[in-house]
Amino acid sequence: MKKYLFIILSILLLISCKAKEEAPKVSGKTLNGAGATFPYPLYSAWASAYYKEKGIKINYQSIGSGGGIRQITERTVDFGATDMALKPEEVEEKRLLQFPTVIGGVVISFNLPELGDKRLVLDGETLCKIFLGEIKNWDDPKLKALNPGVNLPSKPITPVYRSDGSGTTAIFTHYLSDVCPKWAKEIGFGTSVNFKAGIGAKGNEGVANYVKRTPYSLGYLEYAYAVQNKIRAADLKNAKGKIVSPSVESFKEAAKTSQLDPAKHFYAWMTNAPGEGAWPITGATYILLAKEKAEVNKEVLKFFDWAFQAGDKTALELHYVPLPEEVKSKVREYWKNQGL
Amino acid sequence: MATFKREYLFNSLFLAITALSSFLVIALLLGIFLVLLKESLPAFQRFGFLGFILSSSWDPVKENFGGAIPLFGTLVTSFFALILAIPIALGIAIFITEVAPKSLREPIGMAIELLAAIPSIIYGMWGLFTLAPIQSKYIEPFLQKTLGSLPYFGKLFSGTPLGIDIFTASLILSIMIIPFTASVARDAFQLVPPVLKESAYGVGATKWEVIKDVVIPYCKLGILGGIGLSLGRALGETMAVAFVLGNLNQFPSSLFSATATVTVKLANEFTEADKDIHLASLFYLALLLFIMSFTILAIAKYFIQRTGTK
Repeated sequence: MKKYLFIILSILLLISCKAKEEAPKVSGKTLNGAGATFPYPLYSAWASAYYKEKGIKINYQSIGSGGGIRQITERTVDFGATDMALKPEEVEEKRLLQFPTVIGGVVISFNLPELGDKRLVLDGETLCKIFLGEIKNWDDPKLKALNPGVNLPSKPITPVYRSDGSGTTAIFTHYLSDVCPKWAKEIGFGTSVNFKAGIGAKGNEGVANYVKRTPYSLGYLEYAYAVQNKIRAADLKNAKGKIVSPSVESFKEAAKTSQLDPAKHFYAWMTNAPGEGAWPITGATYILLAKEKAEVNKEVLKFFDWAFQAGDKTALELHYVPLPEEVKSKVREYWKNQGL
Repeated sequence: MATFKREYLFNSLFLAITALSSFLVIALLLGIFLVLLKESLPAFQRFGFLGFILSSSWDPVKENFGGAIPLFGTLVTSFFALILAIPIALGIAIFITEVAPKSLREPIGMAIELLAAIPSIIYGMWGLFTLAPIQSKYIEPFLQKTLGSLPYFGKLFSGTPLGIDIFTASLILSIMIIPFTASVARDAFQLVPPVLKESAYGVGATKWEVIKDVVIPYCKLGILGGIGLSLGRALGETMAVAFVLGNLNQFPSSLFSATATVTVKLANEFTEADKDIHLASLFYLALLLFIMSFTILAIAKYFIQRTGTK
């Protein structure tokens, strides 16, 4: 009988221990979020700084944008995150709120040994034709016209795309749909699309690795990844016909000049933005909230409000591009209008 | 009397727990099957059975899905993996049971079984960063130059050698399944009654003749079972191939072309599938793979059991 008593006592002890452990946490809440993988490093950096400062835990799981949308629609998390903005009618139908947090850009990396230290210039149409398999060689007249004075070899181009579903692919294919009617008609845009030419590699690291070791290949990468790994990227001719390099400034310019409308829950694509210095393959990553959960939303927004004020430095360190002040104030206004 | 009663109680409780554990596994299997069935229902209703497995389109934007290419890719990579793995695995099994001196048998057997302990993601990373460059630089151009000029057969080696292709994927798969095939074959070889072998040697047969005419025919079913087990594993292998196959929705034109398998599609697209029908189609593929490997494993087990009772 003693044995049983001992077991029961130890179980009780364990329970009481656990209760004690949980006691201080009641004051410090935990907010749960899930979704896009792209902003994960940033959100977790923000979250740990926020926890140190305010004692509120933010638990963000990077399960992918699709999962994020599904989880917040089913109300199993406090906030969802997605790299592809939901359409305004979808936001309404699922009774959600949506706003952008940071900007990301997509850059074109390539492997062209003949280039030396000159820069490679591309435009939307050539990029589209390369990925459609219509421009097959580096010495194509279109490429030559864009790069006068550059020794372009007569070698076949190997386009490299992401084999896994990704917000990077969504932004990139949306840009191609913007600038290339044939792409829009035949392939369209989305986190995974039916690529017609080239080779698929898994993740940014897969594409980067592939381009690095395959001469005459060309692929698209998320900006942060390209910067961290010191990968060379091509310049692009933007909507205004200006040649721009990918940089924090040109991404911000794209965000400023694109039509982010709070009335449409910020549903907008920043691709092919009309600014003079705007990088044409730019996009934002978004947060989704459940409309009816006012109390929880206030807590979540406190976090993002804090991040908008104090988080820019962290974002830049991690090679994310913070929203320009104009957009931030639009987002804050949107919160206010929703009664939060 | 009291102790006896308590012992009895404990005993029946213990038996009940063991029974519960076993039935739990069966229930789990059934549960997984039912979930797959339920989740894939929207895709089944929209595309049907034949309409799905015969359609080669996979277009998430236009919401048109078919499983022909991933299903075909799964079969092709597994098939080539078996072709590469079987001779080596049989060689290993013969060496361990018949040729190697007794002191070498244990360590070699252990080393081969340890291959099976390497997590598949490591094979995938090794494949992407190490094997694929070697393949595209040295092995594949070499094969193209030599075997590529053969009539008919040479077509298998056409195309640009990029290293991310069926050949690399099959090679990695074959390395992964060698331990399974080898250990099942070895166990089968050890079941051959010594009397049979000794009588063969007695009438003057060489080692090669004994292996060819006595050991292998005796263990045919066991070897087949081992192959079946490996096939089951090759069909379901995910991470090792996800990195080196490209997830290209196209029928392969040669061993050097990229394609997709069911598992590669699932690993690549599951997280970002934001449309319901896309997700349902992925579940549908998973269901078909489940049925496929379940059937193959069941057949393999049957063969292995038959050798045991012979």
